[in-house]
Amino acid sequence: MGKTIAEKIFSTHCGKEAEAGDLVVADLDFIMAQDGTAPLAINSFNEMGGKRAFDPSRVALVIDHSAPSPNEGVSSLHKLMREFAADKEVILYDIGDGVCHQLLPEQGHVASGDLVIGADSHTCTYGALNAFSTGVGSTDLAAAMISGKLWFKVPETIKYFCQGSWPGGVFSKDLILRIIGDTGADGATYLASEFSGDAISALEIEERFTISNMVIEMGAKAGLMEFDEKVERWLKSRTGRPPQAVFADDDAVYLDVRKYDVSNLEPQVACPHTVDNVSPLKDVEGLPIQQAFLGTCTNGRLIDLKIAAAILGGKKVSPAVRFIVAPASREVYLEAMQQGILKALVEAGAAVVTPGCGPCVGTHNGVPSDGEVVLSTANRNFKGRMGNSNAFIYLASPATVAASALEGKITDPRPYFA
Amino acid sequence: MILTGKAFKFGDDINTDYIISGKYKFKTLDMKELAKHVMEDLDPHFYEKINEGDMIVAGSNFGCGSSREQAPLAIKHAGISCVLALSFARIFYRNAINTGLPVVECDTSQIEEGDLLEVNLGEGTVYNKTKKINIAVSPLPDVMIKILADGGLIKHFQKHGDYNF
Ligand code: SF4
Repeated sequence: MGKTIAEKIFSTHCGKEAEAGDLVVADLDFIMAQDGTAPLAINSFNEMGGKRAFDPSRVALVIDHSAPSPNEGVSSLHKLMREFAADKEVILYDIGDGVCHQLLPEQGHVASGDLVIGADSHTCTYGALNAFSTGVGSTDLAAAMISGKLWFKVPETIKYFCQGSWPGGVFSKDLILRIIGDTGADGATYLASEFSGDAISALEIEERFTISNMVIEMGAKAGLMEFDEKVERWLKSRTGRPPQAVFADDDAVYLDVRKYDVSNLEPQVACPHTVDNVSPLKDVEGLPIQQAFLGTCTNGRLIDLKIAAAILGGKKVSPAVRFIVAPASREVYLEAMQQGILKALVEAGAAVVTPGCGPCVGTHNGVPSDGEVVLSTANRNFKGRMGNSNAFIYLASPATVAASALEGKITDPRPYFA
Repeated sequence: MILTGKAFKFGDDINTDYIISGKYKFKTLDMKELAKHVMEDLDPHFYEKINEGDMIVAGSNFGCGSSREQAPLAIKHAGISCVLALSFARIFYRNAINTGLPVVECDTSQIEEGDLLEVNLGEGTVYNKTKKINIAVSPLPDVMIKILADGGLIKHFQKHGDYNF
């Protein structure tokens, strides 16, 4: 019987042929925690009697969620992380380095065929590199830091077969929003997802990350993509490790196969207060917004900033809108600076904040007021997500966010790409 | 272990931001402090209403969203003895077991707000004392039973030094 990508990666990491449904204890290639989860993981590590990390070069702590620290409580948690990292000699990314899910692939910690866990639910992002990566909690992470292993139930897989050619002004964010809207917030719980087809191969790696990043919003454990020469080229420039390309067998068994044609896809928006509450943009077109946010592990990459700058260049965002930009990493920041992208954004009215999560999770950097509407490129719009449960968060592509910031209301970006 | 408590009902897709808002989880590791804010965005007085041993009863996909382990910990430290839901999000489910918060998958449509419940974890049964009905329970995977029996993953590691399945 053929195997899915997930079954193959688990087979190479648990020392036996694994199939969906099997419980396995598997070896991990890389382990990550961020400042919202690492402090608890460190406590658990100590309580478990942990002395050292199984392999310090495979463990990274990232200070990105609340960085730089907005208050003394956070400062002491950051200090705990810095001291632990120094003591155990694990990798530390400090304030300003960027969002964990940008840093791990960018800094070459993930290659095809890897099994990676992170104490952050959007760890599924690296599926775009043909790696199985998934989010866990702090105690699982602590056990993994000590042992280099974690137990898993090998998941069944839903396959999303995506074909067609991308219309101008429609992006990978619109596709994944549509898929989440169709699948539902728990439609893929306990399952892996695989994405293939010519609409996926046409995407740049940065655009693919956006899709894999959001699969957790339908409950999926992983958002796996195929290995191709774009992945190969991307990895070559990032990591010295040779990729272990993994291909699903032709006769692999899927729980379900769903087909999408992007040729007639329109811009999509996730409406408050759940990510699966997705409508075509035209249903909410014209809704006034007070804050626009471009950034996060979903859409804070160079390509995203570039698209926004192309729309905003030489113009000014609406005076009714606060426009916040958080580059996903220091590298993205520098590159955007060199290419004049940041200049265009700042001239248009952007407030650029430290590379990292920015206002995504509501700890600082732009908490909305009561009744305000935020249009964001992030992956979550839960009530209270950005720090105020009386605000309304809508999610869309960078192009939609940029066009809407200009107009002061939710705006279709397609005319800019005609 | 037999748990008894009153049901507090919630709907589907109760996410981790509702359970404990991100704005609190970054501030402190003091779980007693976090516990005061549990479910605050859905019911600002939830913490004051509950008594030690009471239970959270929800629909499908309880605990979806982030991987924050502060979610099960805040529930546990608020005095909630058990969470019953039609289904759980994957990371929350693992985190609950790892931190020793009992979670039970069952048909929660047979429970109403205020019903008195009796949950027998060993036998895997739920009895609705108010309605006098037994509710069928989906069994936990073996690995999880072993972790819960040791009192969570930390104790499991203290005892065995590694996974012991
Ligand atoms: S950018 Fe937002 S979703 Fe991504 S890791 Fe940071 S807080 Fe989480």
